Amino acid sequence: MTLATVIEKLPGRIGEPVEFRGETTVGIDRTQIVEACRYLKADCGFDMLVDLSGVDNYGTDPRFEVVYELCSLANRSHLRLKISISEDDLLVDSVTGVWRTADWHEREAFDMFGIRFRNHPNLKRILMWDGYPYHPLRKDFPLAGLPAELPETAVDAGKVNSAAMHGGPFVTAPGAATSAKREPRQNDTAAERFEKKGSS
Amino acid sequence: MSERVELGFDQKVESRDIIITRVDAAVDWMRKNSVWPLPMGLACCGIELMAVGASRFDIARFGAEVMRFSPRQSDLMIVAGTCVYKMAGVVRRVWDQMAQPKYCMAMGACASTGGMYRSYAVVQGVDRFLPVDVYISGCPPRPEAVLEGLMALQNQIQQEAAIKGMKSSERSAPTYGQPRGPIIIRGDYAPKGKA
Repeated sequence: MTLATVIEKLPGRIGEPVEFRGETTVGIDRTQIVEACRYLKADCGFDMLVDLSGVDNYGTDPRFEVVYELCSLANRSHLRLKISISEDDLLVDSVTGVWRTADWHEREAFDMFGIRFRNHPNLKRILMWDGYPYHPLRKDFPLAGLPAELPETAVDAGKVNSAAMHGGPFVTAPGAATSAKREPRQNDTAAERFEKKGSS
Repeated sequence: MSERVELGFDQKVESRDIIITRVDAAVDWMRKNSVWPLPMGLACCGIELMAVGASRFDIARFGAEVMRFSPRQSDLMIVAGTCVYKMAGVVRRVWDQMAQPKYCMAMGACASTGGMYRSYAVVQGVDRFLPVDVYISGCPPRPEAVLEGLMALQNQIQQEAAIKGMKSSERSAPTYGQPRGPIIIRGDYAPKGKA
């Protein structure tokens, strides 16, 4: 079965597959992601979930995407699935029932973006600690972080503060004339955006 | 009272194999030459710490070759690497389980200040939750810098009033001579002259 015929029969497919540099991406209806994955694993040999991650397209609607990187070891082929979800309804069906490895990937997407996965066996934070109030990989979250509670340690008496960022070595200005201008500076726009949103 | 107090086995009665010294000096001398480190290797500095223990740099020359992974048996916690907030609780719990007297070394830029990680996830220096005795700069530090930090700590241990400190409820024992403060090792070991 060629990739084209696989995609033709794919349940919940939205639009035509996009091919870029030999990589094929298919949009999937968010309500049918589990059916699509079951079909791909059972009938098309996509036995490996290489990666599952969230994407924050801040400023667009729908804002978030979930990306599934699939691999078929037998057929030596790759396939990428994408589903779009809006900010108002961050709920996706979990594919842990299809590939068990999705467990931690979905926890990471939940931790970093706040995307919740229905029927996930253990949906809790994986990188940040339990009780952390933010989802730090969202574009409106400042890199330096925001104050939060950190219980059971003595870090600044249970408080986490923003890291000192001014002059911080993170955002390199591209295309500037001299290296002094290109020198990394803090990009404050993310923090400013967050503050504006919080105050309004 | 003089500024500097002579310490160590500095008096010997010839031909009788008798050494006269103070108890504090003897205890300090034993302690400083048997500092058992707990290698809290959290990131790449942990690899450099292994080099400190290996034959070329050989931390055994300073009596600190017995790396203990049990907090019960170790005296010096070497925090080697980036500490994230989620790990901070674990590091703190291990530190709390170490028996007195105990010392803490922040090895490298990340452990000292958060280093290049100005981020929501990284503790901006382990001194936010640990009482650090020695800070070592570098990313990672040269093994010589770690050894210099260890030697500086040994000098500090030799200044301690060990017996008096046993009765004190404070963490750090009172010292003779200069009061205890954090040691900062700049660790400038750039090769001199032509390479």
